[in-house]
Amino acid sequence: MSIVKTDKLSFDYIRRDEEGNVEGITRAVNDVSIDIKQGDFIAILGHNGSGKSTLAKHMNAILYPTEGTIWVDGKDTADDDNLWEIRQSAGMVFQNPDNQIIGQVVEEDVGFGPENMGVPTKEIWERVEESLKAVGMYEFRLMSPNKLSGGQKQRVSIAGVIAMHPKCIILDEPTAMLDPNGRAEVIRAVRALNAVENITVILITHYMEEVIHADKIFVMDKGSIEMEGTPVEIFSRVEQLQQLRLDVPQVTLLAHELRKAGLAIPTGILTAQELKEALCQLF
Amino acid sequence: MIRDITLGQYYQADSVIHRLDPRVKLMATLVYIVSLFLTENFIAYGIAALFLIVMIVLSKVPFRFMIRGMKPILFLMLLTVLINLFTATGEKLVSFWVFTITVEGVKRAALMVFRLSFLVIGSSIMTLTTTPNHLTDGLEKGLGFLRVIRVPVHEIAMMMSIALRFIPILMEETDKIMKAQIARGADFESGNLFKRAKSMVPLLVPLFVSAFRRANDLAMAMEARCYRGGKGRTKMKPLHYKGRDWLAYLILALYLAGIIMIKIYLKWALI
Repeated sequence: MSIVKTDKLSFDYIRRDEEGNVEGITRAVNDVSIDIKQGDFIAILGHNGSGKSTLAKHMNAILYPTEGTIWVDGKDTADDDNLWEIRQSAGMVFQNPDNQIIGQVVEEDVGFGPENMGVPTKEIWERVEESLKAVGMYEFRLMSPNKLSGGQKQRVSIAGVIAMHPKCIILDEPTAMLDPNGRAEVIRAVRALNAVENITVILITHYMEEVIHADKIFVMDKGSIEMEGTPVEIFSRVEQLQQLRLDVPQVTLLAHELRKAGLAIPTGILTAQELKEALCQLF
Repeated sequence: MIRDITLGQYYQADSVIHRLDPRVKLMATLVYIVSLFLTENFIAYGIAALFLIVMIVLSKVPFRFMIRGMKPILFLMLLTVLINLFTATGEKLVSFWVFTITVEGVKRAALMVFRLSFLVIGSSIMTLTTTPNHLTDGLEKGLGFLRVIRVPVHEIAMMMSIALRFIPILMEETDKIMKAQIARGADFESGNLFKRAKSMVPLLVPLFVSAFRRANDLAMAMEARCYRGGKGRTKMKPLHYKGRDWLAYLILALYLAGIIMIKIYLKWALI
């Protein structure tokens, strides 16, 4: 079953001058048709300005398509009656951890979504407890979010989304403002959610290391989907990725260079372990 | 670290007063202030003082924390005392040069001192024993009836709690911008008041820009989490009156009734 489906989706940013006249139109998303299945771990890659965040905002009905259609959990986002159901079934985590935490205490922030949905008090507490445990932040529940590290804050934001019991969670560059430790923390939490709770994850990022475990990767450039496939398929095409100004994981790059130098190494190597095994087989 | 600052003047302790429902405390403060202005009877003031002392003891907050609140009004108090002392007419007590101090004046000055200090100490008991968070909750629920006349009570309470959450963040940001501007040669320290105010411009402009950007992000994050105003919203920590809250209301009612009775029947004890 597909959880997010788009059909020829396009979106224009319209710039206006002070009188409200149209100054220029920028096409941020151009003719995108994708189909994401329930339970998948999806990654959307692209450098700055490739339209990946704009696409993500469509999945939560924050932006509406200029042309084409997007269905979230089978519901058309253009229909206002579906708005709150869509936002409940597709939760969203944003880039800046400080700007998305509303509560002054961790547990209150996690309870914010269920409160808005009108969940009874007793169930809110159950949901808060289970979501904080799912991201490993339960022991911090009584702390002020201001005292947490970036990675911890982002995990609280994720817990806040899980507490709404979504079918799908969209993470819009959740690690862009974090240090490497924080990044690893967040990605670990997200992968666990996908594996244990079977929540569909749509991870938008420009860090390649974060996407090697994805089920499917979409690469975007100038608003269009340029590449689509499993990590192995995507990272076999090192030259094309470099053309799109994307970094390739170091191990993959090393394997690629070795192959170019004449060693018989297979394409699509993603981890150091795989490279080690491939090299061992050579000698 | 700036992020550790506590807002308001909450004093952490485990007391009956701390555990009371914030609505009770808000109401009690209001009633207490009204009671102080209701009468000029010294027996009533004695009861008010007794009431205050009992509350202070019950709250387990050290007395010096309450005195702290008096500092800003010290000047106002002195001024009131002096004006009352020298302007009241009545039985002459002492006089020198153009000044005359009357018995009336002394009484009125004493009354003002008691009234102002009871007022400040009384309201600081509330702020010392209630977290800003609780206070906001109490205001939202306690003033909920104003919704009938279209006062956006929930929205105001939400704004207050968001402000409380962002004050430390914006303070840290101010600090960061200030350091960045100092590193580029900005001078925030020297010059007269006017010059110093003017030098704040390069600090305030980036701060405002960033605050608006944050507000925009936050609004989007709140909408993404299904926020649509107070309608149909449940509470994670709803306020419920417990036995002790009703008892507190009863004591409060008795106190107010007592003050009013004294005002009516013991007229001879006027200050």
